[in-house]
Amino acid sequence: MDPTKIMQATEAAAATAATGSLISFFTVFVLAIFVGYYVVWNVTAALHSPLMSVTNAISSVIIVGALIAVGPTDANFSKIMGFLAVVLASVNIFGGFIVSQRMLQMFRKKG
Amino acid sequence: MSEELTGLAYLLAAICFILALRGLSSPETARRGNLTGMIGMAIAIGTTLASAHVLSYTWIVAGILVGGTIGTVTALKIQMTALPQLVAAFHSLVGLAAVFVATATLYAPEAYGIGAVGNILTASLVEMAIGTFIGAVTFTGSIVAFAKLQGLVSGAPLVFPGQHILNAVLGIAAIVLIAWFSTSESYQAYWLIVALALILGFLIILPIGGADMPVVVSMLNSYSGWAACGIGFTLGNTLLIITGALVGSSGAILSYIMCKGMNRSFFNVILGGFGTEEGVAAATQGDKTVRQGSAEDASFIMQNAGKVIVVPGYGMAVAQAQHALREMGDVLKEAGVEVSYAIHPVAGRMPGHMNVLLAEANVPYDEVFELEEINHEFSTADVVYIIGANDVTNPAAKTDPTSPIYGMPILDVEKAQTVLFVKRGMASGYAGVDNELFFRDNTMMLFGDAKKMTEEILQSFG
Repeated sequence: MDPTKIMQATEAAAATAATGSLISFFTVFVLAIFVGYYVVWNVTAALHSPLMSVTNAISSVIIVGALIAVGPTDANFSKIMGFLAVVLASVNIFGGFIVSQRMLQMFRKKG
Repeated sequence: MSEELTGLAYLLAAICFILALRGLSSPETARRGNLTGMIGMAIAIGTTLASAHVLSYTWIVAGILVGGTIGTVTALKIQMTALPQLVAAFHSLVGLAAVFVATATLYAPEAYGIGAVGNILTASLVEMAIGTFIGAVTFTGSIVAFAKLQGLVSGAPLVFPGQHILNAVLGIAAIVLIAWFSTSESYQAYWLIVALALILGFLIILPIGGADMPVVVSMLNSYSGWAACGIGFTLGNTLLIITGALVGSSGAILSYIMCKGMNRSFFNVILGGFGTEEGVAAATQGDKTVRQGSAEDASFIMQNAGKVIVVPGYGMAVAQAQHALREMGDVLKEAGVEVSYAIHPVAGRMPGHMNVLLAEANVPYDEVFELEEINHEFSTADVVYIIGANDVTNPAAKTDPTSPIYGMPILDVEKAQTVLFVKRGMASGYAGVDNELFFRDNTMMLFGDAKKMTEEILQSFG
């Protein structure tokens, strides 16, 4: 087999794998929406503000993507981008969870 | 850490996040839920740091320290009345972070295993473009929402001719750019997408009025989730996809609840132009007269009542009247009066805003009720004390099909024996409509600042 053919075959295989994983990612995505739907309808209306700050905090899980960008030892443009994202996401993670906790501490029963 | 172990740890983190939301179904379990969320985040970060991708830690530690300090200090110092703008500001950060991560991915795809520069998988490019687009819209949209809530710009809707056409054109341009970018991996196309999305974020939120902010804040909450999803697809990271979907659907449900609370469709809110800043002076009063009362009158009426229902609104938050209100409730309860609080779904500037403020003032949450729980109680109440609310009590929503708020679910306050309405002046509410409640025989208007009036009533209790 000549090198071009091998390359084409590899690329085709990679594309098939990518499509396969795209479908499984999509499956996870749709199922997670369903989980979110049922869980969130169960949230009591009185706690809708904490719900927003908690979801805000957990959406900062994109810090995971940022950490991978900052990870390499050599500094480049991506590392700077990743660093900025780490800072922003950290503000949210700490801020979001702490302000939620502050709010939730205040919800007390009678007496 | 092996790929399998990393995947399992991410799954564990995702389960923690689901449990965190599950905990919010009742105040008793909510604190534990929030802690579970923190644990999930710690697992997610720890797992990533232990993976083979991360080799140097200096920048990471510095970034987390800087961001964490800013976040902690802000969260500890913020006043509860300023919560809506804080949440809006936080949303903007998530949006911007999503843009940064997408950019990092584009310039160094090898680190994420999605190809090499100039040869990134098309699917990844599409996902990247969508993630960064939603992120950028969330960023500027949230900045506008923040500025409106903080009072930096007027809360009045900003409308100009051709607005919707302009937005539509920009939207179509964005789709074309995404198609160009996905087929060419052109940096130029990428930055044009970012620029366009930033402009679009401003334009979408500017025409939406101040009191529609509960919907806007919920919507941006949802967007920040979808942005995380887009990044998750790009990186092939299930944790990001799951979390993004949870947040996205949560924000969408809140938007739906808020829209339903105003009997308006989502598109009606988004297209904007509804409402005025402080309410225009009521024009059509004619020869109708209002009965005006003093703090002494109010305290006398309430002390002789058997059952008082308090209806708080945004005005209570503005005047910071929640503590005085709780003290008033305490005195009344001591005198044997039954006191409860009625919350309309869209009271305040974010979902659940009133509940948090009352909780802050130590009002027990089992005295606070939602519209559908308490609406049948008004007919048996002796006094309704309306403080800082207006449109949500307007009977015209039930009786006048020509009213802009017709069909909106409202609190049936007019069924109570006496309605005490605390208000600064005769201006109409946000919707710009006259409230016929003012002119009813069983209504007594208490003109003044919400906090001052409540304090004066407190002093008049003998």
